[in-house]
Amino acid sequence: MSEPAGTQADASVTGESFLVRAALIAAALAFLTLFLFLPLVAVFVEAGGRGLEGYLAALSEPDALSAIRLTLLVAAISVPLNVVVGVAAAWAIARYRFRGRNLLVSLVDLPFSVSPVIAGLVYVLLFGAQGYFGPWLRAHDVEIVFALPGIVLATLFVTFPFVARELIPHMEAIGSTDEEAALTLGASPWRMFFAISLPNVKWSLLYGVLLCNARAMGEFGAVAVVSGRIRGLTATMPLHIEILYNEYNGAAAFAVASLLAGLALVTLAAKTFLEWRYADAIAAARHS
Amino acid sequence: MSQSVRSSVRAAAVSPWRRRFDFAAMVAAFAFVLFTAFAARAQTALLNVSYDPTRELYRDVNAAFAAQWKAQTGQSVTIRQSHAGSGAQARAVIDGIGADVVTLALAGDIDAIAQRTSLIPRDWQKRLPQNSAPYTSTIVFLVRKGNPKGVKDWGDIAKPGVAVITPNPKTSGGARWNYLAAWAWAKRAYGDDAKVRDYMAAVLRNVPVLDTGARGSTTTFAQRNLGDVLLSWENEAYLALDEFGADKFEIVVPSLSILAEPPVSIVDGNVDKKGTRALAQAYLDFLYTPAAQKIIARRHYRPRFPEHADPADVARLPNLRLVTIDEEFGGWEKAQKEHFADAGTFDQLYKPAR
Repeated sequence: MSEPAGTQADASVTGESFLVRAALIAAALAFLTLFLFLPLVAVFVEAGGRGLEGYLAALSEPDALSAIRLTLLVAAISVPLNVVVGVAAAWAIARYRFRGRNLLVSLVDLPFSVSPVIAGLVYVLLFGAQGYFGPWLRAHDVEIVFALPGIVLATLFVTFPFVARELIPHMEAIGSTDEEAALTLGASPWRMFFAISLPNVKWSLLYGVLLCNARAMGEFGAVAVVSGRIRGLTATMPLHIEILYNEYNGAAAFAVASLLAGLALVTLAAKTFLEWRYADAIAAARHS
Repeated sequence: MSQSVRSSVRAAAVSPWRRRFDFAAMVAAFAFVLFTAFAARAQTALLNVSYDPTRELYRDVNAAFAAQWKAQTGQSVTIRQSHAGSGAQARAVIDGIGADVVTLALAGDIDAIAQRTSLIPRDWQKRLPQNSAPYTSTIVFLVRKGNPKGVKDWGDIAKPGVAVITPNPKTSGGARWNYLAAWAWAKRAYGDDAKVRDYMAAVLRNVPVLDTGARGSTTTFAQRNLGDVLLSWENEAYLALDEFGADKFEIVVPSLSILAEPPVSIVDGNVDKKGTRALAQAYLDFLYTPAAQKIIARRHYRPRFPEHADPADVARLPNLRLVTIDEEFGGWEKAQKEHFADAGTFDQLYKPAR
């Protein structure tokens, strides 16, 4: 009972009693445990259903390897592209006032509001054999839908907002005074960009990249429409998980699912590690 | 004002080498991913675009064919599979998925490809023996152990309070066979067209959810425990018994059902472009060989040549009266137009529950 002194002092600020706070914290914890932590644990428990050998067998099977490879490749192509385009879009929106700026802001948000299924169908409509460009593509032996380019396009569409959305408010908050200073001191525009602008927003950028990457690896709906679900060729990890589940191969499905969840956790760990390593730099950036 | 400039300078002063190291590590990881992705290039490959319940069948058939092809020609061949509802798969072929062969649930879906594209000639069904269907199947009922709702025949699934699981006839081939089998039974039971429609409407009122493919419906019934009776491919019903144990479900054989002929075809436009015609032809011919017929029966399909199958597998399949699509409905083209096209009988009779 030596605590109450401290809690009373804290409580006096907002006026809640200790009990109310304890109840709120307990409710939040219970909710998180029930809806986030337990399902995650269940994935790993189910994955271990056939023992370590079964687990490794499910992951080293050729179709699973192909799905893992495809998922990493799609993320490796679409995330850097989205970083470049996202930075450019955020720069344009945060630094310039121009006609159509609001339209551009809405366009950046479009993938958040449009269902992924529609994102997939649009590409089938454009590039499918019956689509606008279909006959030309077929005549020139270019495969887009039901092949890697289509999957990358659908992923790009769905993950586009993550980088730009993180950067725009940060860039707007920082303002352009540092950059103006750099220019008056004689820096070239590119030098200004890489020495001042980018380092200033690097933590928002990193966060955007991590979110973008997590979604790129996990996207199901849009990819399902354009992939054609060819095992060992166009089935990404989320699609491969569904295929396995539909084949009554629950243990293997959860093994792959645990790996996908694991990749997300690695992303989270990478973020935490970087935050720990550059803690002082982040603190400085946050206070600017 | 210039705080953030100072901060970045400070960060740079702390660890220039570490940052360079981190950057190099990132580039290396990225390069590794790209390398492993491109390291595995495809060899001779065939793409079989198939319907939902044939996953296990073609897994076995493909392994047997690849072994035989290797023995005969010395070439390794990879056969890739894509599975979904039969109608959805036909749509994918029309939209340009590079299928070398299609093995769909019903002739109508291959007709749709032939009608809408120039990939397959209109007379495709005459090119292989037995209407281009190397195996057949039929529609039976899967009920929960002990048959608590007492479902014995088609009449029972229209009774109030019996929840019926069947996929969506718009996307699933199995669902169209289900629908027509019920229709064929009702035609004999009631005679009069208006009464047949009343019966079909009553059945559809009992359907809580329409999955897009047969496998989705089986999962709904067997794993999500929804519904009292699953209208199912015979092979899919036996597979459910194999997978989930005969102590949970039982198969009910109705008094009459439909002879389902799932046909196969080469996709001429695609194989000629890729130069895989000989391989694709050999693959489809293989389905008629004794080795494949044996696998077909083992996977609970009805072999065209039962003499090549394991007698125990054939004996498992019940004897029942089977009507054909041609005598009963005048062929797939007519049945498709009358029942499943926009504003067909299915659209008229199906009123989704709110």
